[in-house]
Amino acid sequence: MAFINFLKPKNQLEEGGRTAAPVQQDAGEPEKNCPNCHKDIPISRLWANDLVCPCGHHFRMKARQRIKILTDKDSFHELFAEIQPGNPINFPGYRDKAETARMASGEEEAVLCGTASIGSQNCCLFVMESSFMMGSMGSAVGEKITLLFEYATRRRMPVIGFTVSGGARMQEGLLSLMQMAKTSAAVKRHNDAGLFYLAVLTDPTTGGVTASFAMEADIIFAEPGATVGFAGARVIEQTTRKSLPARFQKSEFVLEHGFVDGIVPRSEQKSRLAELLKMHNGR
Amino acid sequence: MSATPYERVKLARDNNRPTGLDYIRNIFQGFIELHGDRRYADDPAIVGGIAWLNGNPVTVIAIEKGHTAKERAYRNFGAPHPEGYRKALRLMKQAEKFGRPIVCFIDTSGAYCGIGAEERGQGEAIAENLLEMSTLCVPILSILIGEGGSGGALALAVADQVWMLQNSVYSVISPEGCASILWKDSSKAESAAESLKLTAEDAKSLGVIERILTEKDIGKKDFYDRIRTLLHEEINHLSNDMDLINKRYARFRRFGADAVIQEYV
Repeated sequence: MAFINFLKPKNQLEEGGRTAAPVQQDAGEPEKNCPNCHKDIPISRLWANDLVCPCGHHFRMKARQRIKILTDKDSFHELFAEIQPGNPINFPGYRDKAETARMASGEEEAVLCGTASIGSQNCCLFVMESSFMMGSMGSAVGEKITLLFEYATRRRMPVIGFTVSGGARMQEGLLSLMQMAKTSAAVKRHNDAGLFYLAVLTDPTTGGVTASFAMEADIIFAEPGATVGFAGARVIEQTTRKSLPARFQKSEFVLEHGFVDGIVPRSEQKSRLAELLKMHNGR
Repeated sequence: MSATPYERVKLARDNNRPTGLDYIRNIFQGFIELHGDRRYADDPAIVGGIAWLNGNPVTVIAIEKGHTAKERAYRNFGAPHPEGYRKALRLMKQAEKFGRPIVCFIDTSGAYCGIGAEERGQGEAIAENLLEMSTLCVPILSILIGEGGSGGALALAVADQVWMLQNSVYSVISPEGCASILWKDSSKAESAAESLKLTAEDAKSLGVIERILTEKDIGKKDFYDRIRTLLHEEINHLSNDMDLINKRYARFRRFGADAVIQEYV
């Protein structure tokens, strides 16, 4: 594009008129505003730190990215990827919404399942995807999670699960509700076989997922600052007409009330999970 | 001829419908109420205990809405707290220990959305019921008598058979809630009720329930007698089933398994 170069004003350095470049190194680099410290953080810096702000705020993370930082290199083998959402009750607009979610997230559904090794420990793994309809659970999500627990039970393997969900997917009506019972029954069989299940609750884990497999693990961790609860905060405010306590439904609040085993920052998750898998002897 | 889905919702919510305790008193004999979850409190929104069903002891659990304004406030309008679900689970495990069948009556707009309910683990309480009920080795039969609101209803409905009164509803979310989330307009509840497929007939055709109970003579002796006879027959049948837990697993396992597209299979 020589023509355009010709029109461009010449660089002062090329003119030899100045010795120090006034340009900042990362000027123009996209930044993200942190909702916790309210500072603008360069995206590259966030990526280098697994999407954790220097202030400690954990940004949401795509399922595939999480799998990449969590599992040993090339150890993740995806299972049940062919399962996609249908429209079982012909809910108006659902097909388009699911298609939009598919395009936006690059995934077929709101959960990825497979086997992997974490710090050389083999396990079954599911990671939910918030950018697919806020990780809501319909028949396909319920089916994939159930299949994973059944697979793990047959092969006597532990299950590690990362949850993020707005709850049951209302566009599938009662069938979404039934997924809560279906997944729970599969977790129970895995449990009764003496096998280990560890869940990490990430922001947000609410509704029908909290009220089923998220809260049924042997060990439950949460990410710092994650919203973990059953009902939405706005609904509670409307129902009770009371103002909510500070940090209500945040993982620290949930820990204080005795419903999670601990809060584990992203940087420590891999080693913590590997250690616990080891302590359970690969079961 | 039949009411629209939203009219069904209104009928299901009608204050004059029989409540859980009406069913307990009129179907069973000698009900002895047992209170408390042994952990925190007694939740008046869930009533439970032991009673006779045609001469056999059964454990009965019901979500109770109350009739008068005072009763309804006391029962928290049938919206249980976590301790209600924990009481129900305690009584169900007790039933398992003594080989008693379990009958649940469900009537709730949903588990209570409150600060205390969250602090005491509403989600965990429901999850625990779903988990444990899936392998209880005694027959469980649940009947939706009014509103079947989401996880708060399901927490008493992981059963071998689920029945619905003709004008009861069973839904993943209230039509008002659905309309306000999807269309930012709770007045569109009527079309949400249509789309959600929440009537007894819908639930039956989705395979979520086994039986629809007609409401002929509702609240009268014949009505309760009819339900007692059906319960007696079905519980006898389930009690002789040696493969109860596997069948219960299969009952829930199939939901949605055929509703997903498996592109490459």
